[in-house]
Amino acid sequence: MSSDNQEKNEQQYSLNDDRRVRTLSPGALVIRRFLRNRVAVTGLVILVFMFIFSFIGGMITPYKEDQLFYRYEYQNKQYAGAKENTELRYVEASEGSFPKVAQAKFVIARKTKKPKFDVKKSTYFVEPEGEEFYAIYEQKKGAKELVAFATYDIVSSAHSDQEASFELQFETSRALAAGEKSFTLDGKEYTVDEGGIVSLDGEPAAYASRYLVQPIMKDVELSQGFREQLLQAIGEDADEFVYADENGEESTYTLTYDAGTSSYKIMQAVATKKFDTYSAPSRAHWLGTDRNGMDMLTRLMYGGRVSLYIGFIVVIIETLLGVALGGLSGFAGGWVDQVIMRTVDVFYCIPSLPIIIILGAAMDAMRVDPQIRMLYLMLILGFLGWPGVARLVRGQILSLREQEFMTAAEATGIRASRRIFRHLIPNVIPQLIVTMTMSLGSTILTEATLSFLGLGVKFPFASWGNIINDVNDTFVLTNYWFIWIPAGVCLLLTVLAFNLVGDGLRDAFDPKMKR
Amino acid sequence: MRKFIIKRLIISVFILILVSFLVYVLMRCLPTSYLEQVARQKSMTPGSKSFEEWMEQLSATYGMDKGIFAGFIAWCGKALRGDFGDSWKWTVPVIQKFKESVWISFVMGGIAFLLEILIAIPLGIIAATKQYSKTDYTITVVALACFSLPTFFFASLMKLVFSVKLGWFDLGGLIGRNYEQLSAAARVGDKAMHLVLPIITLVVINIGYLMRYTRTNMLEVLNADYIRTARAKGVSEHKVIYYHAFRNTLIPLVTMLGGSLPGLFAGALITETLYSIPGIGYTSYQSMVAGDIPFSMFYLVFLAILTLLGNLISDILYAVVDPRVRIE
Repeated sequence: MSSDNQEKNEQQYSLNDDRRVRTLSPGALVIRRFLRNRVAVTGLVILVFMFIFSFIGGMITPYKEDQLFYRYEYQNKQYAGAKENTELRYVEASEGSFPKVAQAKFVIARKTKKPKFDVKKSTYFVEPEGEEFYAIYEQKKGAKELVAFATYDIVSSAHSDQEASFELQFETSRALAAGEKSFTLDGKEYTVDEGGIVSLDGEPAAYASRYLVQPIMKDVELSQGFREQLLQAIGEDADEFVYADENGEESTYTLTYDAGTSSYKIMQAVATKKFDTYSAPSRAHWLGTDRNGMDMLTRLMYGGRVSLYIGFIVVIIETLLGVALGGLSGFAGGWVDQVIMRTVDVFYCIPSLPIIIILGAAMDAMRVDPQIRMLYLMLILGFLGWPGVARLVRGQILSLREQEFMTAAEATGIRASRRIFRHLIPNVIPQLIVTMTMSLGSTILTEATLSFLGLGVKFPFASWGNIINDVNDTFVLTNYWFIWIPAGVCLLLTVLAFNLVGDGLRDAFDPKMKR
Repeated sequence: MRKFIIKRLIISVFILILVSFLVYVLMRCLPTSYLEQVARQKSMTPGSKSFEEWMEQLSATYGMDKGIFAGFIAWCGKALRGDFGDSWKWTVPVIQKFKESVWISFVMGGIAFLLEILIAIPLGIIAATKQYSKTDYTITVVALACFSLPTFFFASLMKLVFSVKLGWFDLGGLIGRNYEQLSAAARVGDKAMHLVLPIITLVVINIGYLMRYTRTNMLEVLNADYIRTARAKGVSEHKVIYYHAFRNTLIPLVTMLGGSLPGLFAGALITETLYSIPGIGYTSYQSMVAGDIPFSMFYLVFLAILTLLGNLISDILYAVVDPRVRIE
């Protein structure tokens, strides 16, 4: 016999780990059977995704659950009016140098074309330059002094921080009336163009215009800069112009000419801050915003949290109650069993949905705080859900109690509590897990239905149900799919996943299954 | 058998009394401010009585002036004579409003019920006979999806597709805008058109459970010894399934379906509300939300009776359908 052959023989009969028949624990077998079920695994993947989406997504998202978003909406508001000046205006050299009485006298003198008129002790001389410009002098101690001029044009400085000097105004108006292209003032050469722009060394120094600009609102004061911009726009026959006010806020102004009153209306595009409601999906808000201007995707994540929380807490409550009462009923038997089972019958008979609706409406009337309300909702749902679990546990225990292993356990003489918790309960757990998984799905569905009806989770908390609630508005139903379809899909997927997993678990736990 | 029925009936009556009592206690435990609010609201409507008078009447109707036990007994006494009081919301006797609204619910539920049976049972059987095939997986997943569908979401989708986009049906309600001008036959057609979407919704929502139930039971039967015997003696597969297996699957099916017959009168609370169909479900929903205690009380007790009746019917059917079952 060669050594080679011997080695082979040893290998064949050795009990090295790699040669042993693999045995799996029942738990591992269940997991294996579960993982072989592709549909159930899909369900599990969906669930994992939903948990990540709701719990981790809520942490990652840059927004908060009830963070409001705003947008600016532009509205044209009447801002100012510009009217062509059809009356003579008097510009005084200094304040009070050409009093009202003199103005009245001037009107008469102008009509009668007299070159001079008297007011009290003063004598005034009028020097017309065409039809539209009159220089007015007063006789003062032998010399004639320029006290005012009357014209249709309005001259304003190009520099908003200073007013046009009287001399500049005078010279500009005179030049315009006389049709001159330039004039000299203080030794500087100014030029005047047809649009009424007065320039000094190529820079605008003043504007002359025939338009009277007035604000529409009494409390608005039009700045010099605005007037200039406006006059320039009128001169250029532009439809709109942009002007930045002292605070640097830019607005767009639109001009409309009304031929009837021969005046311009100036509309200001005012930005109003509004809730950014029902905005379409965008880079900032992947699923748009909802009715209140909150980020939809964030609401969806937090809604998932609420739905899952409620589902789990309700199922835990009903399982605890159900196992305790069902276990007691099954184990104790006798009148305890009778009492508990009749209670279960009664509970089965209570129409739970209407009861919850009534309680919800009552809580509405009492204006219960939304957070406390959520707690009540969980308690009510849990309290109404336990009979099913109790019945299941009792049935299981009744059938298990009769089996040999329980007789054996009894024969060893261990304590009753140990018999229950070591031997009975573990055998009920597979069934229980399946039921719990399934009822997680249905609880989430019930909560969503209630929230949809407006009787469950309330604003400001989000839940998938109350997100879809917006669909009651037909306009939302028709136009804003991004408000309600994602929430509905999340809800459907989650409930479906719970059912698939529950179904898969049922098959996996059943050792009689063929596969 | 008779003994069994009588015994069950007696138990049912006790349960019913207990349930009514619980519901009554619940109603009584609703804060009085709630009642006051209803009374205030009632007194606001033009031509109505004053707040105090309403309060007094409400208290008297409810036996709110009496203790809980006395009040309950008074309510029971009236209810036994068929007097459930006047509905606050509808301002007519509760029974009258019930009679007005229950039939439309019954028609809707009945049609949906028939459709469910016609669709779900064949599909369930196919799924069971082809276990673990693609067909089976598809049917199972579809059934679970129907089962998991939130009614309100599905109804909204239906409305969006068929009412808004295609414009085939109205968004809600039982009658169209020009109902008054229609001839008698056209009126029936109009109502039928308005019931299409609600019925589809009902069918889709409920079909999943029935499909799975059929599949599970069929599978159980297919694994039974007598099926193996039938196959062993060379009976054709078709005959095995539709003659031997299906007949035995019918036992749990008939029991379950028979038990859900009374439920047809219960109305579909959510579906009716979504489509504004004035059946018993929607009527009750409005009453409950408005805090109409007489109507709510009646509806809750009515539902309890239907549940008990359903249980009783399914128990009796179980014995009737399956000759192996003997009730002592």
